[in-house]
Amino acid sequence: MGLEIAFWVLAILVIVAALAVVFLRDIFRAALCLVLCFLAVAGIYVTLSADFLAVVQVLIYVGAISVLIILAIMLTRGVQRGSPSNKLRIPAFLVAILFLGAVGFAVFNTPWQIAGVPPVEPTTSALAVKLFGEGGFILAVEIAAVLLLAAILGAIVLVREK
Amino acid sequence: MSIGLEHYLILSAALFSIGLYGVLAKRNAIVILMSIEIMLVAVSITMVAFSRYIVPLLLTGQVFTIFIMVVAAAEAAVGLAIIMTIYRTRETIDATKIDLMKR
Repeated sequence: MGLEIAFWVLAILVIVAALAVVFLRDIFRAALCLVLCFLAVAGIYVTLSADFLAVVQVLIYVGAISVLIILAIMLTRGVQRGSPSNKLRIPAFLVAILFLGAVGFAVFNTPWQIAGVPPVEPTTSALAVKLFGEGGFILAVEIAAVLLLAAILGAIVLVREK
Repeated sequence: MSIGLEHYLILSAALFSIGLYGVLAKRNAIVILMSIEIMLVAVSITMVAFSRYIVPLLLTGQVFTIFIMVVAAAEAAVGLAIIMTIYRTRETIDATKIDLMKR
């Protein structure tokens, strides 16, 4: 029963915060709503019994990405007031609604094979075995490290004063 | 009615649609980047929900979510750096006015 209440509260919070990100006029407030959306998604991960991912979500999204976005908003302020829509507002709305309808149709017409097994808890050691153990994703971890290094170097080169 | 896989899938589909609308309809490049982050988070919710309900003992979806987070962090860093560079040279971050390659 507690799980249901938690899910509905968090789901409504996620959707309302995401709508606020898209529809608020003030970009700074939109960024703050994005932080709220990320926090609620961390709560959604907790209801899915993914404890490690919830903490990582708070660390990376709420801690790092939001700070980057808010810093960029501060540095580009005064260009334009608010976040206006372009000419494609109505077609974009139709595309989004069509996408939601198509995905909803697919979700409700697919016979999912739900496994009745309770999930692994806590997930941290299981994830570590999966990432670094025998037959795991160690090659992908190494490639992710190279990708992050390339992204950091690219960002530094792009914003450096000439 | 208990919470099942469909609830999470519909939630993430709604979140993805909101992000899609933001990407298509907004002019400010930073708001477009924020909408892309919302779409990535929606996909992450789908991955974790499949991992929880279809293969609860394998955790493959959660591993994929970790890689999505890595890609999202890299994308935010490089994307915001590109926006800063455009702002420095062209004094605008309006996506409809950044059309140098169209001419």
